Amino acid sequence: MSVDKDTVRRIAKLARLAVPETRLEPMAGELNSIFQWVEMLGEVNVEGVPAMTSVEAQKLKWREDKVTDGGRADELMINAPESTDHFFVVPKVVE
Amino acid sequence: MPPISSDLTAMTLAEARDAIKAKKISSKELTGAFVKAIEVGRPLNAFITEAGEQAMLMADASDRRIAKGEMGALEGLPLAIKDLFCTKGVRTTAASKILGNFVPPYESTVTQNLWDAGAVMLGKTNLDEFAMGSSNETSAFGPVFNPWRASNSNANLVPGGSSGGSSAAVAADLCLAATGTDTGGSIRQPAAVTGRVGLKPTYGRCSRFGIVAFASSLDQAGPMTKTVRDAAIMLKTMASVDAKDSTSVNLPVPDYEKLLEGGIKGLKVGIPKEYRIEGVPAEINALWTKGAEWMKAQGAEIVEVSLPHTKYALPTYYIVAPAECSSNLARYDGVRFGHRASGARDITDLYEKSRGEGFGAEVQRRILIGTYVLSAGYYDAYYARAQKLRTLIKRDFDQAFEKCDVLLTPTTPGPAFAVGAKTTDPLEMYLQDVFTVTVNLAGLPGISVPAGLTETGLPLGLQLIGKAFDEATLLRAAYAVETAADFKHSPAKWWNL
Repeated sequence: MSVDKDTVRRIAKLARLAVPETRLEPMAGELNSIFQWVEMLGEVNVEGVPAMTSVEAQKLKWREDKVTDGGRADELMINAPESTDHFFVVPKVVE
Repeated sequence: MPPISSDLTAMTLAEARDAIKAKKISSKELTGAFVKAIEVGRPLNAFITEAGEQAMLMADASDRRIAKGEMGALEGLPLAIKDLFCTKGVRTTAASKILGNFVPPYESTVTQNLWDAGAVMLGKTNLDEFAMGSSNETSAFGPVFNPWRASNSNANLVPGGSSGGSSAAVAADLCLAATGTDTGGSIRQPAAVTGRVGLKPTYGRCSRFGIVAFASSLDQAGPMTKTVRDAAIMLKTMASVDAKDSTSVNLPVPDYEKLLEGGIKGLKVGIPKEYRIEGVPAEINALWTKGAEWMKAQGAEIVEVSLPHTKYALPTYYIVAPAECSSNLARYDGVRFGHRASGARDITDLYEKSRGEGFGAEVQRRILIGTYVLSAGYYDAYYARAQKLRTLIKRDFDQAFEKCDVLLTPTTPGPAFAVGAKTTDPLEMYLQDVFTVTVNLAGLPGISVPAGLTETGLPLGLQLIGKAFDEATLLRAAYAVETAADFKHSPAKWWNL
């Protein structure tokens, strides 16, 4: 499998990452050398091997379904690049 | 005669703790000495944010507690914090432009545990951007320089990474101890190449709450210290079960320091034969052999073990970690916090531009790898297969630990290298983690102990790997290696001229 310029453009779009046109080709090269190296995993027989989901044999913890925190709208807004009242301001989404 | 300040900064955490307890020094005296050392140490670029004023206030509060007889386990002891831990009211950057001016309105659980025990925060240390790197060169705040230089050169060397600011700060006596995080070796590798101790605890031992996420199934916080004893002291306070991290484990945290000196008579030490890798310098393998001899001389039994899937660990990691990173870093969108690009046409353009401007080259590369391996049509070939490999790698360790109690390996494939030496080929940089990454994939605890110097006077470490949640045995074994190695070297303070 080989990654080309168009593939990089496509995955950059999926990742919502602006990659300049001039970087697409070099990035394809870098990714290819990494994917070629990773190809060695293909030589291992993984038939019947379960995929790891957690390194600890631990059941996910449950807790009571109740509010434990909140009412911190002011604190949540302090790092907003642009806000008004308690709203995050973004470019127009709906025409 | 009162001790001069350079003596204060050269103390171990345990020595400083005992001196404060005995009221020989105050926290303010101690903290003041470090604040000054940090100023003088600025050429190392170890800190992104210095917090000297706040540190003196914390020290003052600590001295008042001490006067009242209220002593926490780390009372009055000044520490450096990797800038990946959120600290309430103190800028937290992850060494990324995208978080540049982020001021968390909350505190990470690990740092809260430290402050609750009376510790003092000196500042936030530099790192590779989002902890992605092995040399601290991907930081948006510039590289950190290793306090160590080769005996035959004045070239600046890297301090390892990603916790490179923390490793440099500990080795240069800019703090008593520091926190680090380790996703593929980011505590152990920098500790090794700066001649100090770095401990990655078992996954789940320390809470990940409030640590900027890189790869959530691999990330773990741990101490970076001058001695094994100091690592034991730090871990005791850093570790806790936490309702805010569902993967933190509810197991008792033993008093590791008390268990250090039990000796290693009868301890079974496994030597994994697959860790003898082509191209690794002879002095690394020689040190490894010496380490086994040291342990044997103290009554340990050396057994050869096999971890057959070792060579697949790094490629497995470079699927799993980028996959998790691409998912975790989706939150940086320029809307709620962090960098926002100007002049965006619409909301998608805002996301793409903010992320394109805010993330550095290595982070972008990993986001793209992760997005690719998780995308439709490739998921099974890459991500699903890597998760199965991870099961096999873990199984290797389970089987090895039927024959032994700890494993002994080198920490790194070489000593600190020159700044810029490995930045052109990502794969070459990735190989730095060849001995450490397996431990993260299996969720095990690992520690690097300084064990010797290269011919040119650069430090090398040995790694010990323990069974899950058996940090007590791991630390006891590390203490034995440390005692035998008797590594007393410190870098010449070239920045102090």
